[in-house]
Amino acid sequence: MTGPVLTLDRLGVRLPPGADRSHALQDVSLAIQPGEILCVVGESGSGKSMTANAVMRLLPVGVAIDGGRVLFEGRDLAVLPEAEMRAVRGAGVAMIFQEPMTALNPLRTIGDQIGEMFGIHADLPRQQVATRVRALLEEVRIPDPERAARAYPHELSGGQRQRAMIAMALALDPRVLIADEPTTALDVTTQAQILALIRDLQRRKGTGVLFITHDFGVVAEIADRVAVMQHGRVVEEGPAAEILQRPQHPYTRQLIAAVPPLRAPPPRPLAEDAVLTIRNLSKTYRTGGFLGRGARVTHAVRDVSLRLPRGGTLGIVGESGSGKSTLARCIVRLIDPDQGSVELGGADLAHLSRAEMRRQTRHIQMVFQDPFGSLNPRRRAGELVAQGPMVHGASRADAMARARALFQLVGLDPASVDRFPHEFSGGQRQRIGLARALALEPQVLVADEPVSALDVSVQAQVLALLADLRARLGISMVFITHDLRVAAQICDLVAVMKDGEVVEEGPVARVFGDPQHPYTRALLDSIPGRGFGAGA
Amino acid sequence: MRILALAGRRLAASIPTLFLILVGIFLLLQFAPGDTVDAMLAQMGGGDAVTAQQLRQFYGLDLSVPARLGQYLLRLVQLDLGFSAIYGKPVAIVIAERLPPTLLLMTAALSFAFFAGLVLGVLAARRVNRWPDTLISTLGLVFYATPSFWFGLMAIVVFSIYLQWLPAGGFEDITSLQTGIWRTLDIARHLVLPTLTLGLIFLAIYLRIMRASMLEVLNLDFVRTARAKGLDETRVVVRHVLRNALLPMVTLIGLQAGTMLGGSVVVESVFSLPGLGRLAYESVVQRDLNTLLGIVFVSAILVIVVNFVVDLLYARLDPRISAGG
Amino acid sequence: MQAVRGYFRSPPAVIGLVLLLLVIAMAATADWLFPRDPLSLAGRPLVWPFQNSRFWLGTDNSGRDIAAQIFHGARISLLIGLVATAIAILIGIVVGAVAGYYGGTVDTILMRVAEAFQTLPNFLLLLVLVVVFGSTLATVTIAIGIVSWPAPARLTRAEFLSLRNREFVQAGRTLGMRDIRLIFGEILPNALPPVIVYASVVMAVAILLESALAFLRLSDPNVASWGNLIGLGRDVLRVQWYVSAIPGIAILVTVLAVSLVGQGLNDALNPRLKGR
Repeated sequence: MTGPVLTLDRLGVRLPPGADRSHALQDVSLAIQPGEILCVVGESGSGKSMTANAVMRLLPVGVAIDGGRVLFEGRDLAVLPEAEMRAVRGAGVAMIFQEPMTALNPLRTIGDQIGEMFGIHADLPRQQVATRVRALLEEVRIPDPERAARAYPHELSGGQRQRAMIAMALALDPRVLIADEPTTALDVTTQAQILALIRDLQRRKGTGVLFITHDFGVVAEIADRVAVMQHGRVVEEGPAAEILQRPQHPYTRQLIAAVPPLRAPPPRPLAEDAVLTIRNLSKTYRTGGFLGRGARVTHAVRDVSLRLPRGGTLGIVGESGSGKSTLARCIVRLIDPDQGSVELGGADLAHLSRAEMRRQTRHIQMVFQDPFGSLNPRRRAGELVAQGPMVHGASRADAMARARALFQLVGLDPASVDRFPHEFSGGQRQRIGLARALALEPQVLVADEPVSALDVSVQAQVLALLADLRARLGISMVFITHDLRVAAQICDLVAVMKDGEVVEEGPVARVFGDPQHPYTRALLDSIPGRGFGAGA
Repeated sequence: MRILALAGRRLAASIPTLFLILVGIFLLLQFAPGDTVDAMLAQMGGGDAVTAQQLRQFYGLDLSVPARLGQYLLRLVQLDLGFSAIYGKPVAIVIAERLPPTLLLMTAALSFAFFAGLVLGVLAARRVNRWPDTLISTLGLVFYATPSFWFGLMAIVVFSIYLQWLPAGGFEDITSLQTGIWRTLDIARHLVLPTLTLGLIFLAIYLRIMRASMLEVLNLDFVRTARAKGLDETRVVVRHVLRNALLPMVTLIGLQAGTMLGGSVVVESVFSLPGLGRLAYESVVQRDLNTLLGIVFVSAILVIVVNFVVDLLYARLDPRISAGG
Repeated sequence: MQAVRGYFRSPPAVIGLVLLLLVIAMAATADWLFPRDPLSLAGRPLVWPFQNSRFWLGTDNSGRDIAAQIFHGARISLLIGLVATAIAILIGIVVGAVAGYYGGTVDTILMRVAEAFQTLPNFLLLLVLVVVFGSTLATVTIAIGIVSWPAPARLTRAEFLSLRNREFVQAGRTLGMRDIRLIFGEILPNALPPVIVYASVVMAVAILLESALAFLRLSDPNVASWGNLIGLGRDVLRVQWYVSAIPGIAILVTVLAVSLVGQGLNDALNPRLKGR
């Protein structure tokens, strides 16, 4: 052992005056050995991304390092002159980012952008640069590297773009790679491939990796050592196995306890009759083309038939583009399906007129994903919840009284009805969204990724609330999610979607425990840290 | 190839727009009090009703409105813009004579506004919220607020009357017949002030857009990637920011083409340039509706052509366009 | 309230407001300070400014008081600017909201019309409208409003396009709200701020358009307009250049004030985009 390749020694980063706290980082000490993956894990606002940016000295305006050292190859990066720091960036310490789409220049080819690395740090003839670029693209196992080098970012898939980013970062064999949530924007199967790729390349090249993530599954999958951050401080650090199995700090314990295990709880008894029946539902999009010719046809939902037992929860899982969100919107008629029927209490929602559908909305309500986008920023929280009953004829006073009661029900302070949405936290806002949907006392709740935008501990609270309300109010639910762990916890039945079709469905324990369809199996195999959390 | 197909489709889509404009304006002009014949008679110092009747018959002004609209559109398809009673020649010829100065003026003003706006916008964005930015942004606001005709008049007072550096008006010096390079230089000298006058407000717009666009692109993720690669700030701007920031500027050229043509009416009047804009003004004053209609047609075509070129340019700059279809 | 404080923290915005209040004060006091018809003969023609205490801004070629014309002209400029802007913004919001919310054929047709308006140089269209409807104060104002609606319409449409698919609008729809309520109750309040800010641009352009028309002597000749005076001064530009210069400065200050206020509002309403 030659000693750490990168050392953070009591690093402090100051925020501009007027921020919610004085320091983004305080006394952060970390060390990365060559050939090791150190995962820095924490919730939003913990300072984990700021740590990455501080090492690269790419901090936002007004934010600056105000203490401690960043030791790399015997030099302190915190005080290095800017010109010398530039020579370190890319060559000594390279970085990959969360959003591979926006992290690449849309107007320049992939090969050009990777080749630029050699232009900055090495003086290679053009021919040689082209050869090296091709070799790099092969190394990250991009299909058809020749073509990929000539392609623009928008012509590649998300996974391919992230591979290109990795090729770029590893172009000059940096000793340290900083990966800032590199798989968060990717689907679970792509994520598994990218994690394997990073692990493989890092092992072969002996690169030290600082891996930023919020996902303990990813930590379990890839980390050699783990540092847990909270409010800009490292609260616990140690070997991965130790932290995951025997967390010491209460915050770490709380985080790990919040990760839903993949194994389903014992099944609940389900009613015989169906409250909602979907038959042969289809939705097709045509884009581009001229007068109907040459149009691109997308089968967003193709011939889907599903049945939701009264009081049960039907999970619809799948990756992005699988059509699960379109299906949800077809059920509540935000989108008009082309074919098929949606039967609820004797009415076929798919074929109602607009006015009839407006009346039916009291029986079926929706909860949305984005806790910020789903509430009108110009209305007070209580008004948002009262709107539904008022649209359906309740008086304002009754509706407001009802809103207050609902606030109580979803665990919000009834006195806060007069506040505006931006005065609530993400989890609280999701509770407002839930109260709004419940205000009409619907039989069916369609929840579209209701916990995906939340931090893991908040997610656990909202899931517990949903389970509690479901039991108390006897509501039936259609629950859309990309997260199989979440699905395992809350759903009775689950349907797996791929390319607009349901490929497998059944009780959650059966589908996840004994998957029949190869795609379901691939999906389950891709979940990072599969075994992790199962025993918790 | 795909770029051409795309731009071609856009061009085809502008035909209904053109049709809409022509029909709209033609019908609108039917409400105009007094027609060309009235104007002619007024110019001749009056005439009796019989003469007026004969003239109306001669120019086909006695037919019904739909019939005349049909006739007009039919003639347009054959590129026949009708006859100008005031100028005593076909409208197409009158317009063709007046087109070159306007085209020259517009090209010059656009180039000046675009490149000066680009440079100033980049400078301001690089020094955001410091004194060069404050100075440039303030200048931009003042330029934007300056009425172009007034700026033209004041420029004449300073540069033509007091300093006597530049001519006060006209397209070229007609007292001395010049040829070749000397004539070119003479015309250029005559166009300096009109170009500045017409370009001023567009310079203000371009610099503001360029600055905003630069600041926006500088905040995008790929700029952080470029910095993480170890690029210095100048190369980050030149290689990664500039081309992305140019896209809204290019769009703006197309959007502003019509406004610029409208501005030339005023500027050509100030500097007595024999261009399309001045012709438009004259035909309004003289109630030469045929010519006015012809100018509307040619202006619309001009704007459509500029937009076509802008589409091609945009597609060259942004690979996402040609692929997206 | 935070927006108000944000506004007053920006020096350019405060300067703009002060200038605008100054112009408004000129318009308000015009009748009181200069009770005579500003277009009536007042004294010797072409008196230079600061020569005669009765005419501290001098007189024009026909012996009319320039100061009186400037003060009364402020009324005309503000009046035309405000009314024309109101017309343009109103048409723009309705067209943009309908096109953006419903999309499809309605959108295509409305945007075709907007495109036609934008393809035709707006000043040329203004000339045609003046030829047809004459050049009284009312017709000129309405004409300026009519040529200015496409830009606010496009802006409103863009806002609606991005807002109509937001989850809070979808939530409104799943609650059973009608289109009218969604358009005016839910979307419009969120789409309005950028349109209101853009109104300052429309107003600036409207004032400039009127002054250009007046300069070409195509606006109402019976009211004191700054553009008219600049056009008059053109005949004596060689020596008495002040006749044109003074009203030009008045236009510049007014348009600058409107732009500064607009930009200040923009920064105050979108604090994150400050400095853009």
